[in-house]
Amino acid sequence: MLDAFEIVPNLPVLVVTTPLIGGILTIAMGRGKGPWAWATLITGVVFYFTVLLMQQVLAAKTGFISYELGNWPRQWGIEYRVDALNAFILLTVAGVGFVTTLYAQKSVEKEIPQDRHNFFYAVWVLAICGLLGITVTGDAFNVYVLLEISSLTVYALIAMGKDMNRQALTASLRYLILGSVGASFILLGIGYLMMVTGTLNMEDMHDRLAALPDIVHHRTVLVAFAFLLCGLGLKMALFPLHMWLPKAYTYAPSAVSALLSATATKVGIYMAFRFLFTIFGVGFSFVAMPANLVLSVAACAGILVTGVTAVRQTNLKRMLAYSSVGQLGYIVAGFSLANVHGVAGSVVHIFNHAVMKGGMFMAAGAIMYRLGRCDLRSIRGLGKRMPLTMAAFVAGGLGLVGFPLTAGFISKWYLVQGALEAPHMWPVAAVVLVGSLLAVAYTWRVVEAAYFQEPEGESALVTEAPLSMVAPMWILIGASVYFGVSATFTGEISMRAAKSLLGGAP
Amino acid sequence: MIHFDVSPQLLALYIPLLGALLISLAGRWPNLRELVTLLTAGVLLYVVAGMAPAVLADGFWASFAKAPGLKLAEVLPGVWLELKVEPLGMLFALIASSLWILNSIYSIGYMRGNHEKNQTRFYVCFALAIASVMGLAFAGNLFTLFVFYEALTLTTYPLVAHKGSAEAIRSARTYLGILVVTSVCFLLAGIIGTYVFTGGDMTFRPGGVFRRALADGSLTAPTLGILFVLYMYGIGKAALMPVHRWLPAAMVAPTPVSALLHAVAVVKAGVFTVLKVIVYVFGPAVLVRYGVGDWLIYVAGATILIASCIALFQDNLKRRLAYSTVSQLSYVIIAAALLSPLSITAAALHIAAHAFGKITLFFAAGSIYTAAHKTEISQLDGIGRRMPITMAAFTIGSLSMIGLPPTAGFVSKWYLLQATWETDAPFVLVVVILSTLLNAAYFLPIVYRAFFVAEAKPHHEPHQSSADGNFGDHGDHHGHDAHDHGEAPWPVVVALSCTALATIVFFFYSDLAIGLANQLRSGLP
Repeated sequence: MLDAFEIVPNLPVLVVTTPLIGGILTIAMGRGKGPWAWATLITGVVFYFTVLLMQQVLAAKTGFISYELGNWPRQWGIEYRVDALNAFILLTVAGVGFVTTLYAQKSVEKEIPQDRHNFFYAVWVLAICGLLGITVTGDAFNVYVLLEISSLTVYALIAMGKDMNRQALTASLRYLILGSVGASFILLGIGYLMMVTGTLNMEDMHDRLAALPDIVHHRTVLVAFAFLLCGLGLKMALFPLHMWLPKAYTYAPSAVSALLSATATKVGIYMAFRFLFTIFGVGFSFVAMPANLVLSVAACAGILVTGVTAVRQTNLKRMLAYSSVGQLGYIVAGFSLANVHGVAGSVVHIFNHAVMKGGMFMAAGAIMYRLGRCDLRSIRGLGKRMPLTMAAFVAGGLGLVGFPLTAGFISKWYLVQGALEAPHMWPVAAVVLVGSLLAVAYTWRVVEAAYFQEPEGESALVTEAPLSMVAPMWILIGASVYFGVSATFTGEISMRAAKSLLGGAP
Repeated sequence: MIHFDVSPQLLALYIPLLGALLISLAGRWPNLRELVTLLTAGVLLYVVAGMAPAVLADGFWASFAKAPGLKLAEVLPGVWLELKVEPLGMLFALIASSLWILNSIYSIGYMRGNHEKNQTRFYVCFALAIASVMGLAFAGNLFTLFVFYEALTLTTYPLVAHKGSAEAIRSARTYLGILVVTSVCFLLAGIIGTYVFTGGDMTFRPGGVFRRALADGSLTAPTLGILFVLYMYGIGKAALMPVHRWLPAAMVAPTPVSALLHAVAVVKAGVFTVLKVIVYVFGPAVLVRYGVGDWLIYVAGATILIASCIALFQDNLKRRLAYSTVSQLSYVIIAAALLSPLSITAAALHIAAHAFGKITLFFAAGSIYTAAHKTEISQLDGIGRRMPITMAAFTIGSLSMIGLPPTAGFVSKWYLLQATWETDAPFVLVVVILSTLLNAAYFLPIVYRAFFVAEAKPHHEPHQSSADGNFGDHGDHHGHDAHDHGEAPWPVVVALSCTALATIVFFFYSDLAIGLANQLRSGLP
């Protein structure tokens, strides 16, 4: 009974319950800095928990931790199951969540009326709670429940941008409609799977699906697979199902854009990992079914089309949003290769892209904070006025390009290696490399404007963003450089995750 | 005696980095800032020169095989950022660090004489570019080479775009675009391909890394050929046609930057990388055996001749020099592509010889621009009388390009022709002869014009202000008549005299360069 009150054995559930309860309590934290301080505390504690959890997973002999909620056996209750993959994603989500919360203070002060701060931070913490929950759970239906928590809160967060620009409301509505369609598809898929297998536990589902005779012609399983693929495609903004994303990221409050780009779609991809690899298994998803073809074609098209679209944008946040869709394409293209290096590249890019893009959205937010807008015209000459912010943006951009000694290079290395190793998949390598050229093109529009053009109007008078914005920005950008110079930790974790995802394959 | 437990190659990397930091801190005090630049360059040359004896020593290769590289960081599991000194890199580092001093002296005169803006950024980026060159020169494996190759592109971009005018930004875009497209699409693909086929072996070693994969059949000759093409066109800095366009585009930059691009760092980094890949990744023996590199001779030969022909018709002095560089770079490539020990020596020597001659020519072009604001060859009538030192230096540089004694260009051409006979390559012989004639045809008229054609008198002597319009948009805002000028500021003249002198000294005393080139040859299996 005693261990119910200890932290370490209960980490998997604490990662979810802490922000769940903490998030609701945020509403009561008054009008001043209280809600922000409380949210920082909660996310900080959760981040600490995920670090401990990661250590525990690394130390575990089996390679994973299983936690049964309320000690109910997993056949009946909910099992939380943490292995290298979701420990890494938990760490990413909680880490970026914490740093973004630090950053949010000034940005939110500027962009959201004071009397709604407590609601904002409550929803904020609950969104992080939902994302962490999806990642930690080993129960398919629990995934759906937590997906709804995160989705509803994210719709609200995006709509909060309405005081800067009314378009935030339509952006949120559009995401709500498409997101709900996606979630319903996922629910239907899970339902069909439960019909066939009689269980909701992911591991059990996999075992029972594997035991089915002639699974390739099993109508219910096929329908479930199709529904899940579409639903997940919507949730992870896979081209061409990404239409909700650019507007949502552009008009959401800056801090929200940073949080979402780094975490929300990433968790969508994590779900795809679980459904495609853990539940259906590589043999079904990628060998019997042509999921690899569908996914890699969609991903490659996405990389190219959204890359070109990003080059044509003048609003920095919109440019970053399109770039995000393209970067998600890299992740999807990686795991659709279904070999160790491809999947490892995919996993490591989830982390790498989170820190780079999070940092870049923070930089765009800092420009918003000073100038009230962030288009190419207004950032002219800003390299001298806001040197730290612009340097962060450029460093992040170099990461997206995949210049060596940035985190993006590590991802690219693994992805290209995976593509060259897979038979007849070298076009994926070519697309990955061409995609990085598109990233050069859109990053360099910013470099040229910020460093080689003269400022005009009010831009000539601004000063550097406050430290509370610049410091978190540089924590993320610094991480992207650090894990580009020394990627042994992220590389090894991803390789381990990739092997365990593929290892379960028949 | 104080003993620092720091390897010299690491110092060579850190000194310019530290220099860049100090320069940016000293940005408010221009004299201090320039002093820091000069001091850094001096210390760097001292450190780099101190490494040469060990490389020249007998038995260097025996210890080279055994000695581990200097490992800086493990970037990916098993992939290290690693430095290791070998003769070719030593030669490159020596050229870059010695020319950096002269280039800095020149920059001081030029940048101040032309009232350029953002000078601190200029000197900082310059130091960073030199740091990248040091990393490139001492790179111990392909991965490290790629890291610093890209770093060099990035650090020179702000220099090319320095003026910030629409034209400068457009040209810098071309510069960055071509270099990044080639390096990312081809070079990186080639490197990762090498990594996959060799099972993770990217270390430079004489004889190459592919022998085992070729022996056990996991790598076939056609794939080896594809890899070779990826490398040769991936190294865009070597300006093999048709990926040479960035070089003329970069002419828009201030002249010290052109000198950096053409002589000290960038194009040299390109041909250096080509040579390094041929010698240490593929291995001449492997290339000869599988015959996958034969096409390179013809492409390089065509580049030499076509670029020379284009140069013939350029009126802009710097553009003519740029096409001359394209042609001269392919001398190095064609020499390397001959794949004989002697031709590898010739290639290494030509990297050095071309550096001194070309930097002199660019210094002279910048000197003319600073003193007279003239950029076109047709404006240079009689300028030799006003600027005798500059034009004398220009003449020496031209002779070196043509390959006449007593200049540096003769030394490398001698070796190249020797290699041509040795390998029985009549095509190369014809290319060299034709190109020598073309070089003479586009350089000597400039010299003739400068010294023997009388200066054109302006038609309306009293109305100078209207005549000034003919000399571009620079007008007369420096307070003196564009027609009435002497030599450029003294640092400019000093720097170009030194490089011209060095071009001649190299002819009489090239032991160090030849020693390193021979050491490289002796290491070939």
